[in-house]
Amino acid sequence: MKEQIESIRKELDELAAKDMAGAATSRELYELKMEYLGKTGKISALSKGMRDVSAEERPEMGKLVGQLRARAEELFDACEKTLKKRELSQKIASEKIDVTMPARFAETGSVHPVSLVKQELIDIFAGMGFDVFEGPEIERDYYNFQALNIPADHPARDMQDTFFITGEYLLRSQTSSGQIRVMEQKKPPIKVLSPGRVYRSDSDATHSPMFHQMEGLVVDKGITLNDLKGMLDEFARRMFTSETKTRLRPSYFPFTEPSVEVDLSCSACGGKGCRICKGTGWIEVLGAGVVNRRVLENCGIDPDEYTGFAFGMGLERIAMIKYGIGDIRLLFENDVRFLKQFKG
Amino acid sequence: MKAPLSWLKDYVDIDVTAQELTEKLFSCGLEVEELIYVGAEIDRCVVGRIEHIEKHPDADKLKICKLNCGGFGSDIQIVTGADNVKEGDLVPVALDGSSLHNGVKIKKGKLRGVESCGMLCSGEELGINDDWYEGAEVNGILILHDDVPLGTDIKKVVGLDDYIFDIAVTANRPDCQSVYGLAREVAAVLGKTLAPLDLGYKTGEFGTCDRVSVTVEASDLCPRYIAHYVRDLKIEKSPQWLRRRLALCGLRSINNVVDITNFVLLELGQPMHAFDLAHVEGSKICVRRAKDGEKITTLDEKEFTLTGENLVIADGEKPVALAGVMGGLNSGISEDTKEVLFESAKFERANIRRTSRKLGQKSDSSARFEKGVDAYTTGIAINRALDLIEELGCGKIAKDRFDIGMTKIEPKTVKTSVSQIDAILGIEVPKADICDILKRLNFSVTAKGDALTVTVPAYREDVDGYPDIAEEVIRMYGYDHIEGTFLKSAAVTNGGLSAQQRLEERAKAALRGQGYCEIITYSFISRKDYELIRMEDALAGAIRIRNPIGEDMSVMRTTLAPSMLSTLVRNVRRGNEAARLFELARIYLAKELPLSQDPEERKTIAVGLYGAGEDFFSAKGAFEAVADEFGLHFTYVPAQKPFLHPGKTAEVMLGSVCVGYLGELAPDIAEELSVETALYLGELDYAAIEKCAGGALKYQPLPKFAEVRRDLALVASEEVTCAQAEQVIRESCKYVTRVHLFDVYRSAQVGEGKKSMAFSLTFTPHEKAIAPEDADGYIRRIVKSLREKLGMELR
Repeated sequence: MKEQIESIRKELDELAAKDMAGAATSRELYELKMEYLGKTGKISALSKGMRDVSAEERPEMGKLVGQLRARAEELFDACEKTLKKRELSQKIASEKIDVTMPARFAETGSVHPVSLVKQELIDIFAGMGFDVFEGPEIERDYYNFQALNIPADHPARDMQDTFFITGEYLLRSQTSSGQIRVMEQKKPPIKVLSPGRVYRSDSDATHSPMFHQMEGLVVDKGITLNDLKGMLDEFARRMFTSETKTRLRPSYFPFTEPSVEVDLSCSACGGKGCRICKGTGWIEVLGAGVVNRRVLENCGIDPDEYTGFAFGMGLERIAMIKYGIGDIRLLFENDVRFLKQFKG
Repeated sequence: MKAPLSWLKDYVDIDVTAQELTEKLFSCGLEVEELIYVGAEIDRCVVGRIEHIEKHPDADKLKICKLNCGGFGSDIQIVTGADNVKEGDLVPVALDGSSLHNGVKIKKGKLRGVESCGMLCSGEELGINDDWYEGAEVNGILILHDDVPLGTDIKKVVGLDDYIFDIAVTANRPDCQSVYGLAREVAAVLGKTLAPLDLGYKTGEFGTCDRVSVTVEASDLCPRYIAHYVRDLKIEKSPQWLRRRLALCGLRSINNVVDITNFVLLELGQPMHAFDLAHVEGSKICVRRAKDGEKITTLDEKEFTLTGENLVIADGEKPVALAGVMGGLNSGISEDTKEVLFESAKFERANIRRTSRKLGQKSDSSARFEKGVDAYTTGIAINRALDLIEELGCGKIAKDRFDIGMTKIEPKTVKTSVSQIDAILGIEVPKADICDILKRLNFSVTAKGDALTVTVPAYREDVDGYPDIAEEVIRMYGYDHIEGTFLKSAAVTNGGLSAQQRLEERAKAALRGQGYCEIITYSFISRKDYELIRMEDALAGAIRIRNPIGEDMSVMRTTLAPSMLSTLVRNVRRGNEAARLFELARIYLAKELPLSQDPEERKTIAVGLYGAGEDFFSAKGAFEAVADEFGLHFTYVPAQKPFLHPGKTAEVMLGSVCVGYLGELAPDIAEELSVETALYLGELDYAAIEKCAGGALKYQPLPKFAEVRRDLALVASEEVTCAQAEQVIRESCKYVTRVHLFDVYRSAQVGEGKKSMAFSLTFTPHEKAIAPEDADGYIRRIVKSLREKLGMELR
């Protein structure tokens, strides 16, 4: 008995030294394990053989067989662990995928570049305390012209070729009409943006019969041209680059006095002069000015108590400058290859 | 407004370059849109004297000339074919490497074997006519009649060495629509004195009033009317200087009298007219409204029938001019004209504008009157015209005149203060600078402490308050003095989009999340668009533009569908494989026509899509995405639309209200458009759903007990819809929170006219957990209801 135990122990040690006879898979290892520890295995056979051992030897033999079983289990467990580990690494190694194959995802849509500019402007000015007002597009002559200090047959009407519906109704030619509607409803302090579609009878590479404007209006106590300049400086830096500068120069709008044209330093060349700015280093971007006293009076606001400024810009023009779009018509063709370039 | 540099120099000592002047004018509000160098085309063309001429040995019609061009060479050989040259003539010589009118380049070459180092030029080759230089129109070489040094640049001789400033004059500055008006600005900008106009003339011993009577009946439309009689006229060619001035401004010389009226218009901006008194009946001139139906034929031989809205200048019998627009054919200046009545008038601009628009008749004169002519200049201009009559010696001037209306111009005075001006500008402009600037601009200023009393020049009708004065100050002082501040004194306000405006952004974001690209299309469409979608009936109620660019942009759209459809079709035609598009825009709904109250501008969402894998249900996904974002539940009802597939169209219901539709484009329309892919489109009444969008967010406690899921497969007849089954399921068990149809199956086994529908149901417990046997009970109840109400059987 003792010899048998000793021989099995040796066998096991030899097996262990040779990685359990090189069992390559869990299955092989299991089968080997069963040879010793299975119901009919060698060690189980020893246990069964205890019946033939004398009573004096039995406790000692029992102890030795127990030790042998423990030893065998330990050896097999250790080997099993190694094997599992190896098997897992093999499995992992075999599971390599081509990560460059296409993803499964739902492509998101895009924001129209004009909307993108509009959103960005609203963000910039909302931070400065501006509300957003949307007025009607089919507008009365009064709001589009008369209240803005452009009486009937005034030459300033020729500045904009207007579409008429009736003698009274027209398609608004400027979002400035929003100024009047806001000031009729609200008393100062006023800070409001009025974005939207406007219409003029004009159509070529830089003019569209329908386009978008954004009007800005501030009315409060002690508002000056400096405030207009400061606000537009901030707009220019945030809309274009931190180096963008503004330049005011005299102009004329019936509803502002003084009126200015506002140029931005060309962000394409940094003001040195290039094709985009036609070599001048400046790009004309918006019109602005101090709100004409008559306009305030028309809206029941005392021009001696309050002053204000207004500015208006074409969103298509800004989009074209910002994104380098050469022809305004691209904006209204809505080719999906064009649209998808503008993810907001 | 075009102003030649040479003309401006008559009045201002301009000691800066044209380019520098351009910059200076720009910064004070006169944008030079184009600075044109008149002789830009002509280069290396100089004055030469023909020293010797001999015949070409091999060509009868050619001559070999030897030219002395001063510094450019004293023995230049040039072959010419012209026969009007002789030895001793001064001629324009285009040297080797020179450029001429219309981009012609001259290079040394051989003519029939004889070397020719350039070309002798005709006037045409220099791009000039007799108005520029007498003799320029002769057939042959231009023979110069001035004694100029040899080698002189020809541009200096013929008037091409000049600049034209093409200036954009803003609508508030009609006084700058003239050379002299611009000269005033130039003088102010450069700080120079402005030379006065020559306005003096000698008169004869006869009077205007003896020859003709002038009355102004419509004084409201004619604030000032001046008429001055000139007789013993000699109608002839104008002198070179005058003709060249007109030529520089793009006008052809006609004759001295007509040229004078044109010259004064250019120089002072006052349209002038001269009536041939031989054709004025009854020696009477009357400024009056036309009689209804009265006719006039204008100088350009167009006949107009007039109404009481039109102002005319009439003689004793008939209109002889359409006031401010154009003279009558019957009273124009001809070679035989012996006596004229010069007219200088201020007509009310609105009336001229209306007449010009209504009749479709325009002229330099009407354009000028529409911008506004000041009564002061009306008076100056007549004197200037008479001065020119005298200078040209072309007639005798009457000793008196008719001057009716605003004969005395009271100067306007604005009371303001330095602090008031500073307040509007936001900077402190030194008082001395304010006064200096205003004086340079011909304002007179009286300063008393802070207070300023400013008298406005008579020609500045645009100035009527202190903001105008502030504007004059800052444009000359310089906008670069304005320093950016940030609303120093303004109240803090809370800005941003309103909740309603944010909702719109959310709807758009939801659609973008589903892969939809935003489009923007024109608000106006055409009759053809309505025809294409078989909705001609809707046209009657649509708002029309009275003056559209074309029929294709004449109707304010009452539906976004045609614009979406044409955008889809454009994308298909351009070979784009797929597109998901949306637009959020307004449709325009008149309450009545013609418009007498504001129409409804209803915000609407249009959705359009096509491409592999797209079908009705992917389109429906767009609507569900919006519903989900807004916390709304849409139901879909089979419907018919004239332009959609009758079997694949639904109306979208929010409760009992229809808020939209969607469907596949009708195959016959697709065929008409040669589109082979199925297009899907729909519209959603955004204004309607916006009102119902979910309110404030509120947390719902998570269910304490696990949800139970069961699948259920049933056989139904084809007519049973998913929505009907879902409704019955929900009604049968209050714990059902989700019903999802995950499979529809048809086979012979299922039966003819039948389908198998497989639903996945979710039960959400309320107070206590749902035990398996409870769920079994719910299922039994549901199956029973489905059988009873819809005839569905468990599979």
